[in-house]
Amino acid sequence: MGAIRVASTTNETLTSNDLLEMLYYMRLQRAVEDRGIKLYYQGLIPGAYFTGWGHEAIVVGATYALAPEDLIAPMHRDLAAYIMRGIPVRRVFAQFLDREGGLSWGRDGNVHMGDPRLGVFPFISHMAASVPVAAGMALACRQRGETRVVMTFFGDGATSTGAWHEGVNFAAVFHLPVVLILENNQYAYTTPLDRQTAANALVDKAPGYGIPGVAVDGNDVWAVFAAAREAVARARRGEGPTLIECRTMRVRGHSEADRYSYVPKALLDEWAARDPIALFERRLRDDGVLAPEADRAMQERIAQEIEEGLAWAEASPEPDPESVAEGVYAEPDEV
Amino acid sequence: MAQLTYLEAIRDGLQAEMRRDNTVFVIGEDIGVYGGAFGITKGFLEEFGPWRVIDAPLAETANVGASVGAAVMGMRPVVEMQFGDFVTDAMTQVVHMAAKFHWRTRHPLPLVIRMPYGGDVKGGPFHSQCMEAWFVHTPGLKVVAPAFAEDAKGLLIAAIRDPNPVMYFEHKHLYRYRREEVPDGEFVTPIGRARIVREGTAVSLFSYGWMLHKCLQAAEQVAPEGIATEVVDLRSLLPLDRDAILSSARKTSKALIVHEATRTGGVGAEVAALIAEEAFDALDGPVVRLASEDTPVPHSPVLEAAFQPQVAEIAEAIRRLAAY
Repeated sequence: MGAIRVASTTNETLTSNDLLEMLYYMRLQRAVEDRGIKLYYQGLIPGAYFTGWGHEAIVVGATYALAPEDLIAPMHRDLAAYIMRGIPVRRVFAQFLDREGGLSWGRDGNVHMGDPRLGVFPFISHMAASVPVAAGMALACRQRGETRVVMTFFGDGATSTGAWHEGVNFAAVFHLPVVLILENNQYAYTTPLDRQTAANALVDKAPGYGIPGVAVDGNDVWAVFAAAREAVARARRGEGPTLIECRTMRVRGHSEADRYSYVPKALLDEWAARDPIALFERRLRDDGVLAPEADRAMQERIAQEIEEGLAWAEASPEPDPESVAEGVYAEPDEV
Repeated sequence: MAQLTYLEAIRDGLQAEMRRDNTVFVIGEDIGVYGGAFGITKGFLEEFGPWRVIDAPLAETANVGASVGAAVMGMRPVVEMQFGDFVTDAMTQVVHMAAKFHWRTRHPLPLVIRMPYGGDVKGGPFHSQCMEAWFVHTPGLKVVAPAFAEDAKGLLIAAIRDPNPVMYFEHKHLYRYRREEVPDGEFVTPIGRARIVREGTAVSLFSYGWMLHKCLQAAEQVAPEGIATEVVDLRSLLPLDRDAILSSARKTSKALIVHEATRTGGVGAEVAALIAEEAFDALDGPVVRLASEDTPVPHSPVLEAAFQPQVAEIAEAIRRLAAY
C-alpha cells in the first residue's frame, strides 16, 4: 500500500495489492466518518457534519484511476479522495474540529478543505462551482503542454445548476482533459431526482455537450474504476472530457442534522443491502484476495490511524483570536 | 512618452505584460479573432496565439471559474467582461471562489477581471452600471478604477502582478476621451495609492473614473471666484488610501465626494465615514456626497444627464462647502 500508482491505460488487470488498497481507502473513509459522527453527537464538531456513506466505491474507484501528477476537485462526500491525494487523516480531524492544524486553520469547516499544493482544489458550498474551476485547471495544463488530467466530482442536484452547464460546456468546447464524476445518489437534500431533471437519465445530458457519457453501478468499485480509467486515458490523449454517472443512493441524511424521513424506507433497505464496502469485501473474500489475517491487519491499521490522527487533532490548538484578520490577502512575494 | 488614449494605454499595458510573462493570458467573449467589443485586444491573437488569447463561450461563470482554476495552477489570467454589468453571471466565482481563496488556503490567486463600466455611452440599465461598491464590500478582492491613461496602464500592470484577485474598472466613456502622455515600457501604478491631481486649500474633492474629469472642470469653474479646490483621484477603491484621504481632508477641512455610482451604500459612504471617524476634529463643514440617483441607469440621454452628477452641480456643491 502507500503511494498511489498509475493505473494502467491498457488491459492490465488490477493486482491483489491494488484491490486491497482500494478496500483500505473505502474502509478508511467509512471509519473516519463514523468517528466524526460520534464527535458530532458529542458536540465537538462546530456546525454541520456530512458523510459519504454509500459513496465509497465511487470516490475510491474514480480517484484510483489517476496518476500522481493529476489533479482533483472533489465534493463533500469524497473524504477518501482527499486522503488518497496526500491529505493526512490527522489534518482532516483537525479540520472537523476547527483547529489550527486543520486545512483552513479554522477559517472554514467540515469538508470545505483541500490543498492546492497537492493538486486538491477545495470544495465550497455552492454546488457545481468547482466544475468550471476544474476546467480551468485543465486549461492551464493544456496551455503549458502538460498531460495531466483533472477529475471533478459533483452530485445529481449540481447538474441542475448553471455553473455545471457552463463548466461542462467549457471543458467540452476546448477538449480539455477533464473527467466528470457524477455521484447520483438520487436526492439533493430532500429533493428527489425527478425534481432535478426531466431527462430519462442524467448521463443522457452528455451528448448535448458533444462528449461521451457512461453510466455505472456506483456501488461497484471495480466498475467505477474501469470507467474512470478509460475516461482518464481518453482525457490524457487529448480527446476531451467524459461524463461518468455513478448510480448510488444516499443512505444517510444530507447532513447529520437531517433525519431523512422523506426517503422511502424500502429504498433505503434496498440500498443498505448493497453497501459498497460489504459488496467489495465479499468479492475479495470469495476470490481469496482478502485473507483473514490481512483483513485483521488492515482493520487494526485503520483503527490505529484514526486514534493517532484524532489525538493529534485534539492536541492541535484553537486558532488564535488575534489572527482573525490575517490571511485575507496574499503578499507580493508569496508564491 | 507616447500620446495614447485610455483604451490604447490598457492595450499597451496588457501587451507589455503578456510579452514579459508567458503565464499571462486573456480570456473573454469576442476578444480573439475580433479583438474585443471595444478593440482592446486587437492583434493579440496573431501575436500570442489561441491558447493565450481565448475566444470563450458566452458564459461568464465558466470564463471566470476557468480563470480561477488556471490561476491556482500558477497562470495569470486576465478575464474581459464584455460589459462589466455581465459580471453578475459570475458572482459565485468572484465573491466565493476567488475572493476567499487565499484566506482558506494560504495560496495566491493572481486574477484580473477587466470591467468596462460606466455611463455616458447611451448604454442604458444593462450596459452602463457602476458596480464597484459590491466588490469593495468583498474582503479578499482589490478594486481599482483609473481616470487617466497613465494609470490605466500602470494599474493594469500592477493588477496583473498582484497575487490577489483584482477588479479592474475601466471607464468606457474615457476609452477615446482624449490623448494623454503615457510612459513607455513597464511601469506600475501601485494599488492603494491615491493621487492629488489638483492642489488646493479650500475644499477637498474626492472622486475617480469619469467623474474625476467632471470634478476637475468644476474646480476650474470656481477658481476665478477664489475657491482653491483640491482634487484627489482615489484610483484604488479597495484598499482605499486612508492616509491620502485623511491628510487632504485635514488640510482643507472640507470634504466632497463625487461618484457616478448610485448614492446609497456607495464608495462615497465609506470615504465619508472614514473622514468622520478619523478627521472629525479637523472638519469645518459637513462631509458631502454627490452621486447618481438611486435608480437604474436610464437609457434616454436626457434622463441619464439628470441621473448623473453634472459639472454645474459639483461646482455648486464646492461653493456651498467653501462658504462654511
